[in-house]
Amino acid sequence: MNQPLQGVRRKLPTYLVVVPFAVVLAFPFYWMLVTMFKEDLDLYNAENVPYVFNPLQWRFWESATTKHVEFLFEDTQYPNWIVNTAIVGIVVVAITLLFALPAGYALARLSGSWGQTAGIGIFLVYLIPPTLLFLPLSPVIARLGLQNSLLALILVYPSFTIPFATWLLMGFFKTIPQELEDAALVDGCSRIQALLRIVFPVSLPGILTVVIFAFSLCVNEFIYAFTFISSTENRTISSGVPNELIRGDVFFWQSLMAATLIPSIVLALLYNSFLDRFIKGFTGGAFR
Amino acid sequence: MLENRRVLAPLLIAPAVIFILLVVGVPFGWAIYLSMTDAIGGSLSGNFVGLDNFTNAWSDANFQKALRNTLIITFASQAIVLVGAAVISHYLIRDFRGKWFLRLLIILPWAAPVALGTLGWLWIFDSLFSVINWTLGHGLGIVDSTDPPQWLGRPNLALLSVIMVQAWRVLPFAVIIFLAGLASIPTEVDDASKIDGATGVKKLLYVTLPLQLPIALVALLFGIVFTAADFAVVYVLTQGGPFNSTQMLTTWSFQIGINSGSLGEGAAISLYLFPLLAVVSVAMLFFAKRAQVS
Repeated sequence: MNQPLQGVRRKLPTYLVVVPFAVVLAFPFYWMLVTMFKEDLDLYNAENVPYVFNPLQWRFWESATTKHVEFLFEDTQYPNWIVNTAIVGIVVVAITLLFALPAGYALARLSGSWGQTAGIGIFLVYLIPPTLLFLPLSPVIARLGLQNSLLALILVYPSFTIPFATWLLMGFFKTIPQELEDAALVDGCSRIQALLRIVFPVSLPGILTVVIFAFSLCVNEFIYAFTFISSTENRTISSGVPNELIRGDVFFWQSLMAATLIPSIVLALLYNSFLDRFIKGFTGGAFR
Repeated sequence: MLENRRVLAPLLIAPAVIFILLVVGVPFGWAIYLSMTDAIGGSLSGNFVGLDNFTNAWSDANFQKALRNTLIITFASQAIVLVGAAVISHYLIRDFRGKWFLRLLIILPWAAPVALGTLGWLWIFDSLFSVINWTLGHGLGIVDSTDPPQWLGRPNLALLSVIMVQAWRVLPFAVIIFLAGLASIPTEVDDASKIDGATGVKKLLYVTLPLQLPIALVALLFGIVFTAADFAVVYVLTQGGPFNSTQMLTTWSFQIGINSGSLGEGAAISLYLFPLLAVVSVAMLFFAKRAQVS
């Protein structure tokens, strides 16, 4: 019983530093959480303590309401945007793996010293940001008849997910012992067979990490989603929520905050679960 | 033939390289071409006008403000990020109870889609119901609650707000990169510094930070790119206002290139971002190489 308490005391400086930072960084999300369940009368009264539900009572949920969250899901296009985001994310991740798996493997194993340079070169592409490319791309998208279509995003998003995924996968593949493949080759597998039967299955955790982070890059993207898609029902979460849920000067803050908090929490949980593996892949690619 | 490395390696890499050249290289070249034409919205070409777009853009006071803001916002936010990440990661690398949950809270701002996280701040900075103003006014009595600070309504405060939001969202990313750097420091270094009597702040200053320098620079360079090339934060928070006082190169090129339809000049404005990013890229290559050697 005494052991954990002693542990906490020894770690006191750690808590004194980490807890305040965590509180400040996460505060906007607490604020979203409180806001999304507030009654209008409570929210728009500057005399009320904003951190809690008013009137304040022990059974605090009796001062709260879920009607604005219901409004979001029943009377707006939000569910559509979630579906659109998921479709774009899943298709883009599939395309990304198709290109990045072979490239990452080849850069890690087959290409020697120039592979290192090529690997960094691929990653530098990440430094030509969408904000530099959306202007020339937007007439191209219009010419292709993809304006307002999710296909436009599916075509363009791999431009930043492939470099990122190639880089991470290169790191993961380097951590797999060469002997595993050599054994398969000795046993009569071709290199492609060794790749499909041994290397990819063994690196499944790494591949899964790439899937999570590439997907979240797609969810995050704003400027392409904003300029290429203009009809309400075809938007993704990232461009739909700020552009469609705000009507002129009228802000539906409770619904807006619900729309913001839900994807953030889901992504943060995924991130946190895969963070250690991500770190491994990141350092493996660049610095080993 | 597929067994030959010299054939197989290029064969596996080529599809990715070709794809990237098509969707990044070609549009980038096209942006350079457009910037030297009088192309208007929706068209793919225009008449050649040389460097007129670049000189026209430069002579606009709003452009100069956008350029200045891009630099101020980027470097001010990244200064905050570097200090914060160095401190947090130093403690977060250890094991302690509740670490998983605290780490979740810390990476939330990075996990949240930028445009959505910024919406949260739009509400925090609200002109009437700002939670910051309530706390400072009703709560602590530091500011006058009948005339609270208008965070997004005054040029200097708005710029400060943008800096805060950028620092807030990039900080968790820098923490992650710093953690990666710390994890790669061999445990022998730890033992050696313990024997030599370096602990606490001393160890941080003389052992940990110098070893972390290369990867800290990588985090910094990424942070610069993320912030300088960002569009969503300013667009959602201030739309460049009040009176264009928070425009960045990205939002200003959108304003000119899409909203005003001067595609050529918009492209020229966004290309002013390139020298900054190019310097960053070269520096990154250099430090990535150094990090490999050590």
